[in-house]
Amino acid sequence: MKIIIAGYGKVGSALTRQLSAEGYDLTVIDSNKKKLETGQGLYDIMCVHGNCATMDVLGEAGVDSADLLIAATSEDEVNLLCCLTAHNLNKNIHTIARIRNPEYSKQIVIMRDSLGLSMLVNPERQAAQEIERLLKFPGFVKREKFVHGRVEIAELRVTADSPLNDIPLMHMESVTKCKALVCSVLRNGKAITPNGDFVLKDGDRLFVTATTNELAILLKNLGIVTHRAKRAIICGGGRISVYLAKMLEKGGIEAQIVERSAEKCIQLAEQLPHTSIVNADASDLSFWEGERLSEDDAVVAMTGLDELNMIISLFVKACGIKQIITKLSRTESSAILDNLSFGSVICPKDLCSNNIVGYVRGMKNQSGSSIAVHRIANGKSEATEFHVSKDTLNCGVPLKKLKLKKDVLIACILHLSQTIIPGGDSCFYPGDTVIIVSETDRALTKLNDIFE
Amino acid sequence: MNFRMIARIISFILLVEAAFMLPAMLLCAFGGQSASAIAFLITIGIIIAVSSMLWLISRNAPKGFYSRDGLICVGFSWIIMSLLGALPFTISREIPNYIDAVFEIASGFSTTGASILTDVEAMSRGMLLWRSTSHWLGGMGVLVFLLALVPISGRNDGFTMHLLRAESPGPDVGKLVPRMRETATILYAMYIALTVLDFLFLIFGGMPVFDAVCISIGTAGTGGFGVLNSSIGGYSPYIQTVCTVFMFLFGVNFTCYYLLFCGKIKNVLKDEELHWYVGTAVFAIAAITVTLLIAKTYDTFGETLRHSAFQVGSLLSSTGFATTDFDLWPSFAKAILFCLMFIGASAGSTGGGFKIGRGLLVMKILRRNVRQVLYPNRVQAVRLNGRVVDEDVLRNTNAYLCAYVIIILVSFLVVSVDGFSTTTNLTAVVSCFNNMGPGLEGIGPTLNYSGYSALSKIVLIIDMLAGRLEIFPILVLLSRSAWKRR
Repeated sequence: MKIIIAGYGKVGSALTRQLSAEGYDLTVIDSNKKKLETGQGLYDIMCVHGNCATMDVLGEAGVDSADLLIAATSEDEVNLLCCLTAHNLNKNIHTIARIRNPEYSKQIVIMRDSLGLSMLVNPERQAAQEIERLLKFPGFVKREKFVHGRVEIAELRVTADSPLNDIPLMHMESVTKCKALVCSVLRNGKAITPNGDFVLKDGDRLFVTATTNELAILLKNLGIVTHRAKRAIICGGGRISVYLAKMLEKGGIEAQIVERSAEKCIQLAEQLPHTSIVNADASDLSFWEGERLSEDDAVVAMTGLDELNMIISLFVKACGIKQIITKLSRTESSAILDNLSFGSVICPKDLCSNNIVGYVRGMKNQSGSSIAVHRIANGKSEATEFHVSKDTLNCGVPLKKLKLKKDVLIACILHLSQTIIPGGDSCFYPGDTVIIVSETDRALTKLNDIFE
Repeated sequence: MNFRMIARIISFILLVEAAFMLPAMLLCAFGGQSASAIAFLITIGIIIAVSSMLWLISRNAPKGFYSRDGLICVGFSWIIMSLLGALPFTISREIPNYIDAVFEIASGFSTTGASILTDVEAMSRGMLLWRSTSHWLGGMGVLVFLLALVPISGRNDGFTMHLLRAESPGPDVGKLVPRMRETATILYAMYIALTVLDFLFLIFGGMPVFDAVCISIGTAGTGGFGVLNSSIGGYSPYIQTVCTVFMFLFGVNFTCYYLLFCGKIKNVLKDEELHWYVGTAVFAIAAITVTLLIAKTYDTFGETLRHSAFQVGSLLSSTGFATTDFDLWPSFAKAILFCLMFIGASAGSTGGGFKIGRGLLVMKILRRNVRQVLYPNRVQAVRLNGRVVDEDVLRNTNAYLCAYVIIILVSFLVVSVDGFSTTTNLTAVVSCFNNMGPGLEGIGPTLNYSGYSALSKIVLIIDMLAGRLEIFPILVLLSRSAWKRR
């Protein structure tokens, strides 16, 4: 499948990395020659230099034979124009545009339908939604929804005083008193696919599959506070903050935005009637002292600088805040984050590219190919959603009799309206949906790839 | 420098070289020339030993391969390939002197076609086939072959681009399709198709199969090694015409053939480099034909046209075949041929020389500079095929011109020590550096390079490789900073 990516920025390069690893033919367009040079040295792609919204450049990139165009430049208008032009040159092309100006958010569906776009993505809005979810269901570092929210994969941290510390996985159910499956463990920066004898240790990060109801029980039994914050202090008044504040205004959590620029504060105050806007510098520690933080507060560090976000998170953690969410633009450095525990981490770029990769896989959805993919464990493992079809091997065979490839695990089976967290006697049938957790390098594209 | 990764790539390249020796070895074995066959067998053994040694070194090679690694890798691999490829000649005692043998095979890989052999017909057929095979492999490039064949490291790496850039000729090398492997496969597919076509035309003209194989692969690589002492002169006019046409075809940028294949004929017809290539050829043929007619060198107009077209095709595409001793031509005709040696073929073809495309850029840069003097405030962009050429490319083209002139001058000085005439020395250097083969006077089409001293031969070997790889891969090897660990 031929894919054109317009704009080689943060999202563009994340997409390039992921899609080129999956074996698609990529052509990247950007107006910055230096950026293209770096990209060409890293991945097996073709680069075209120029303005992606012009017919000439799109023609040179081979739009007439391409299957998909992803417009991810920094300008919303350019993205739309790029998709429109591409549609003119090739009627059958699928187009995805990134639209991130909050002012357009109301007309997104209209734009999509009237301009013939296949999908509009908004990384900032997605990030805001994710943060809202984390604020409403605290206690997890991260959670991912699957199969329209029927199953979730949540990330938990094992601490020295946790009831899970020093417990082998096969006895886990007696502690948690609910059905949940540990599908991946991140220990010392390495992702491990555990078996029953695996003993949990302090510092491990667990990735657990369970239904939403079971997750609540799991949290309760593990003694993790599910105390919902009453006030969310949002540092930085960027786009995500606006989306988030709007969502929180509806949802009963009091939002407070801290922004350094006075001018921006006025704009924010106009946009957000029910949010308190504070004109202060979040990196200034005296601000936090005057803020009188309490147990009921949550802090979301979302300034434009990753370093500043980390420092804010570490500082408010020291002040005794339980729920902290940190936004990071770069995840390349995530190996060092394992050692610094500052709560949940949100990366808009990855959320967005996961979303698009899910769409691309859906386009290729022939029999047995994957529907959606989520990266977990710092991107070292992948949870992939598959439909079981008639062509799938080993239907109706109990899992304990199956020979799966190394480090591949069936995390969940959705049979009719049931959600099964599989054991040795479970099996899957055509028409089911399964979730497979595997190492990222494997890049599973078909369900049958998991068998030896 | 990522020396381990370089070692791994070279170990692959050596295996390719060994594989390409097999046909020559089999020909010797079945042709009853057991001494030559054993020489090939020993060489293949040595190559495999060196290759596996490099493979052992290259275990757990670190990631990270940049354009400087690409340049060093290409420069190194071509030198090692030449040093090992010369072994069959020396082991079989057919070319007893090792430096002579290296000269012969470096001339082969660089598609020069300059020879130190006084009697080509005395060589065994296997050795002749190996000489011509080296033209074919060197023409499109052994690394490109490797890229088409094996995924060197994973399927997602972009560093293969650095290898393609370092090995393929032209000022601005790009891919045809997003995947490198596919690009390399397409290039070789076109190359093989044209070669086979050439072979069939030659066979149709009644050429012996062995000769047709050697001549067609020699033409494809724009090399110039023949199998007869008279080069192409001993064959029928039909065969000479076929050779002329295919020499021209192999001097065209292969991207044109790809566009043609995709049905984009308009783009091909608009290609500026192609216009200049055809224009230069037509002008040179016309001028030489008129000169020869006035001097009454040949009896008929047809014969005159045939010889002039052949020689122009041969030198413009940097092949180096000859049908006649053009050293006996009037001096104006010789001067035109001498100029053609510099110009060379199109960028992205298998030919050598300065390249039409690069010459075009130099002229455009010159024109811009002249205008700049007249109208200092005017801002101008250099365009090629209607597209603005990047300033980086222009800067590299200027640097290339400097390096090109300096290397010719220095080599000319060194070679002159041997005491041949100035014309001989100058044309020897120009001819080797531009991958032609024959020169004028002492190294004319009927003569050879055997008279030069060992030192001169080594200089010419470096010139040939530097000319084929477009200078920089060889030049960086001489730079001290390339050898630092970081």
